[in-house]
Amino acid sequence: METALKFPVLTPAMPEIIMLIGALAILMLDLIVRKKDFIALASLILAGLVAYNVFGAAGETFGGMFVADGYAMFFKLIFLVSLMLTILISIKYIEVERVNYGEYYSLALFSTLGMMIMASAGDLIVLYLGLELMALSTYVLAGFLKHSLRSNEAAVKYFLLGAFASAFLLFGISLTYGITGTTDIRAVAAYISENGLSENPVLLLSVILFSVAFSFKIAAAPFHMWAPDVYEGAPTSVTAFMSVGPKAAGFAVIGKVFLIAFASAKLSWVQVLIPVAILTMATGNILALMQTNIKRMLAYSSIAHAGYALLGIIAGGAEGMAGVMSYLMIYAFMNIGAFAIVILLRSEGFQGENISDLEGLSKTHPLYAALMLISMFSLTGIPPTAGFIGKFYIFVSAVNAGYTWLVVVAVIFSAISAYFYLRVVMYMYMREPKEEVRLTTSPAVNLALAISTAAVLLIGVLPSSVIDLAMYAAAGF
Amino acid sequence: MLIMPGGYVPIDYLPVLIFMVIASAFGLGALLVGSIFRPRRPYPEKLMPYESGNPPVGEPRYRFSIKFYIIAMLFVVFDVETVFLYPWAVVFDKIGLYAFVEMMIFIAILLVGYVYAWKKEAFKWD
Repeated sequence: METALKFPVLTPAMPEIIMLIGALAILMLDLIVRKKDFIALASLILAGLVAYNVFGAAGETFGGMFVADGYAMFFKLIFLVSLMLTILISIKYIEVERVNYGEYYSLALFSTLGMMIMASAGDLIVLYLGLELMALSTYVLAGFLKHSLRSNEAAVKYFLLGAFASAFLLFGISLTYGITGTTDIRAVAAYISENGLSENPVLLLSVILFSVAFSFKIAAAPFHMWAPDVYEGAPTSVTAFMSVGPKAAGFAVIGKVFLIAFASAKLSWVQVLIPVAILTMATGNILALMQTNIKRMLAYSSIAHAGYALLGIIAGGAEGMAGVMSYLMIYAFMNIGAFAIVILLRSEGFQGENISDLEGLSKTHPLYAALMLISMFSLTGIPPTAGFIGKFYIFVSAVNAGYTWLVVVAVIFSAISAYFYLRVVMYMYMREPKEEVRLTTSPAVNLALAISTAAVLLIGVLPSSVIDLAMYAAAGF
Repeated sequence: MLIMPGGYVPIDYLPVLIFMVIASAFGLGALLVGSIFRPRRPYPEKLMPYESGNPPVGEPRYRFSIKFYIIAMLFVVFDVETVFLYPWAVVFDKIGLYAFVEMMIFIAILLVGYVYAWKKEAFKWD
């Protein structure tokens, strides 16, 4: 029996290792340094350093449990971009909310570390570990406004339902292990196709359990109920982060489990995901119509966008996955752009969460109104913004895969969504300002807005910049 | 319908199943036999909750300090650390340098948590 363990090659996991050491160091640094801006800056530098390392760290290690391929790299890029934008929009905001603690940044870093592990998981257990690290940090972030009851409620709700969803995931993993005798994602795929298990009823049960857990993570109906309450109660910057990072991580593992592990059982998971996708688009778009709180509206909008992205998973293949990946990247920019404006509205003694608070913004702050306009157009999917490109590639991949009727449904719901996105624009441009709106601007938020809006416009005009990268990253599917 | 690979039946776990059945039968049986044979003479003092012979003082459900939770949480962290340290120490001479480095990393991460808790005064009662 060989007991002496060999040192694994650490290069593929280098970004995660740097992230872990850095996040721990920042947690320690926070005990010494009083100025929290410095902690934020250190976190930004760390995120940049990790992003720089992501591209040099190809390969797999820990006996195939950790895989740093193009797919993982692209997702890590999404996570790090959303992390950096989140840090930028948080600096002033958590000061206004009087929760300016350094732990905020450490938790965001740990959460991102969890997502990166999820994207690199070659084994279902590693996937679960990453998911828990991400989720636990996000639960705490959701309740970061310690003295706000809504924030506490959001954290508890998110925690209880999230723990429940994790149990479903573990149940799914254990059934898969029961059938195939392995938790290695590629070995599961090989075992299923070699033994002709794609019709196995236990496998179908396992697929359903995985769908439940992942639907919860990406806030897809009928497991979306937590999203509006949690998104509304959580600090706005955390909402921006949650609606982008964990959602993208959810899609990263959906791609791994459904498109790799259960690739030969596609018929059984497609029949689960198609109703989920339709229901998600319907719930998200229809319920968003009657929201007056902008954070709730964006929560339903994020549910709807999960539905669109699911079409790419259903289409499958390199084209579908590339569509999902570029969509998530674009979604990160446009959604954080929209949340940055919501954050500007929050000032001392003014909640600024109602859509009517945006009334007449074009008169008082024309530039910010224009930036919000671009984000809203992009979320609707109007060219020349990136939102159009994202939807376009997902729908094309679904049509090519033979799901034309599903695309027709999606386009109809997309048309419905124009109402609530453009209503925000209408409030800004066609109403007179009620009272003097004071925006809490800061250079960091302005930078985040500039980056996200520039990205939305640039990807909209030059889509190949992201699409080619995504196509390259998804080539293995 | 093939559930287990190779038609595998978990025969090795049969003793566990038998043990579970006997254990539950014994527990339930003792309660059943007791309820049949024991005399039943309840009076108020006998129905009182047992508090080591003292008469009960007040309701048991009152709020107590959140500090207990912090202590309990810290205890769990270091308890888990020992759970890992014992088997590691037992096979230490067989598993080589890699396991040593691995354990040092594990302890280092916990140490960060310890310093954090210390600096945040989680160990002070007041």
